[in-house]
Amino acid sequence: MADEPIRIVTEDLRDAIADGEVAPSAVDETDDIPPERVVDPADVAAERPDGAGRVAHAFAAARAQDRAALVIYLPAGFPDHDTSRACLAAAAEAGADVLEVGFPFSDPVMDGPIIQAANQQVLERGVTVADHLAMCTVLTDEVDVPALVMTYVTIADAHGYGRFADELAAAGIAGTILPDLPVDESGPWDDVAAGAGLASVLMASSVSSDRRLDAIAGSSTGFIYATGLLGVTGVKSVARRASEDLVDRLRTRTDTPIAVGVGVKDAQDARAVAGFADGVIVGSEVVAVVADGAPAGAPDRVAALVAELRRGVEQG
Amino acid sequence: MTHAPTHHPPRSSKMSPPPPSERPGYFGRFGGQFVPEALFGAIEELADAWADASADEAFTDELDRLRRHYGGRPTALYLAERLSEEAGIATWLKREDLAHTGSHKLNNVVGQALLAKRMGKPRIIAETGAGQHGVATATAAALFGQECTVYMGAEDCRRQRLNVVRMQLLGAEVVPVESGTRTLKDAINEAFRDWVSNVDTTHYLIGSAMGPHPFPTMVRTLQSVISLESRAQFAEQVEETTGVAGALPDAVIACVGGGSNAIGSFADYIDHPEVALIGIEAAGHGVGSGHSAATITEGREAVLHGARQIALVDDDGQVQPAHSVSAGLDYPGVGPEHAHLADTGRGTYLSATDDDALLGFRRTSELEGIIPALEPAHAVGWLLRHGHEVLDDDARVVLTMSGRGDKDVDEVVRVAGWDVGVDLDEADKVVD
Ligand SMILES: Cc1ncc(COP(=O)(O)O)c(C=O)c1O
Repeated sequence: MADEPIRIVTEDLRDAIADGEVAPSAVDETDDIPPERVVDPADVAAERPDGAGRVAHAFAAARAQDRAALVIYLPAGFPDHDTSRACLAAAAEAGADVLEVGFPFSDPVMDGPIIQAANQQVLERGVTVADHLAMCTVLTDEVDVPALVMTYVTIADAHGYGRFADELAAAGIAGTILPDLPVDESGPWDDVAAGAGLASVLMASSVSSDRRLDAIAGSSTGFIYATGLLGVTGVKSVARRASEDLVDRLRTRTDTPIAVGVGVKDAQDARAVAGFADGVIVGSEVVAVVADGAPAGAPDRVAALVAELRRGVEQG
Repeated sequence: MTHAPTHHPPRSSKMSPPPPSERPGYFGRFGGQFVPEALFGAIEELADAWADASADEAFTDELDRLRRHYGGRPTALYLAERLSEEAGIATWLKREDLAHTGSHKLNNVVGQALLAKRMGKPRIIAETGAGQHGVATATAAALFGQECTVYMGAEDCRRQRLNVVRMQLLGAEVVPVESGTRTLKDAINEAFRDWVSNVDTTHYLIGSAMGPHPFPTMVRTLQSVISLESRAQFAEQVEETTGVAGALPDAVIACVGGGSNAIGSFADYIDHPEVALIGIEAAGHGVGSGHSAATITEGREAVLHGARQIALVDDDGQVQPAHSVSAGLDYPGVGPEHAHLADTGRGTYLSATDDDALLGFRRTSELEGIIPALEPAHAVGWLLRHGHEVLDDDARVVLTMSGRGDKDVDEVVRVAGWDVGVDLDEADKVVD
């Protein structure tokens, strides 16, 4: 392993967190936590210290600073596992509040060309979900922000819902986003995920009916993923009016944080979206900077972009 | 008029839908709607429009008129005597190869394109493997004046060049798909991505009995014209020769890719358990060879392309590339109703290799003067080589000849290495 883990969480401490005895931020053995990120552990322990609680906590901490949370996506294993781990850690260090780790799937219908190409490269190398989980185990020890896994339901299916949820939880993952598992079909996974202490983040769209938004608002845990446009990742730019209307429609239904993703390309988009949403999700652009140059420099490129995006959400 | 009670949406309460088997769009535990949320507006609109249209006589009359006068229906049911003799089993061919555009695909396409027109969607998109569905879609788009884009795997564009040219002549844009395995499944992914991005103006005209509800049910209904006709034709022909009325075949046999010609061929017999329903999948180099498209035989339950179905998926959840000499059967999934028929045992799903298909291709041509598409050639090849393993000597079967083989001639010559005495390069030179 190239880098020493920055922070160590022992098995006992992890169990204690899972049991609600210690807040995640209290585990940090270093004392370099920015002061504004220190939250009274008792407050967090009083909430749910499971994955959904950790994600909610990250959104609450951002809100306490009067800004939207920044959510950063990168695929596991792209261009290799060490680099992807270093990039995700760099994103957290540079100001991401929540990480989304993509587990590549052969038939990603929600993804545009940038993420497709990255996924394809990972799959062609023959790496497996077990390799991604091993990377996540190290990553979640290194960083103090919650990490979600974004993949497609076929992956969860093939592993078996129960086993997959347990494996994710054991790797320190806080929850999942499965874009092809809509609310009418998500019940069985939501239950298994909740049992394993994972958040299940559902997607909402500007074309969702009121009935569907009711159901999504009632079922999504951690946050709600409001899609910023009608389309796949990394092609068009976020449709601001439509996303703002969607966020408004969701707000009347729930207190769960609402993050907007798909189509947020730069700090300017991030700032605009931060003006009305609780969180801003950026994926394709981050993948593009990883791909754009030698792997060794990728973490620095990611850190620079994330720092810029972070300034964006702070101005929103 | 009564006052409706004020409705408060449930807040923070978990929605618990009824079990799958009781929900529309499910066949047992297969089916459903596993698509991104952004498509729900479109599939709910489609389900409503379809329910509305199929109850509207003006719509069904128009469809019926187009089928007869434009599509060439009903298609013939033909007792293939020489083929029957070779198989040792009396075999009637349901001649979908005689329908306009040369396959059963138009049955589905005319219905959906008419529905798209009714829904006010000016643009239709489709995926295609062998190109037959793409050609049928481009044909309907020309007929109704719709804009049309067809996604086709780059590898399939090469194998089915004739159909690429036909689609272009019909005014469609053909987009070669370079992602993934560059075949049918990737073309479907690309069509879904287009649909998610252009859902307001566009209808995705799925070409088989697959995808999210309402597609499997809608495609089945539109294709069931095959069995509605064949059942009446079979009974009539048997009565003419034997005087016995109301006869049913002992088995109905069809090739299975996504499953549209097969489900249409089975539909009117499903409630007659004395009729065996036999689906023939493409086994490529053989079951277990790693180069196969025999989904039901080799696959597992999984979500693919919007539905819980049976698919070729590895232990890690990745969809495996399918292989078949026929581009139209080269698909790693199968529609949910077939998964259910296999699961309940009502349907019997067996397979034929590339080699079986080439035998079927050649013998149907030589014995009957019918050049079959490579897809139904699998069903013929299975019947010739393996029919007796499941059928009695005195069985009478209906086999769906789902399309004609002009599109496959070059590929068959290339794959089989037959010396036809005309070199392709030489032929090109003559044209030049
Ligand atoms: C002639 C013919 N038969 C069969 C098929 C397979 O499709 P399905 O299983 O939907 O009938 C195709 C697909 O392209 C085809 O062209």
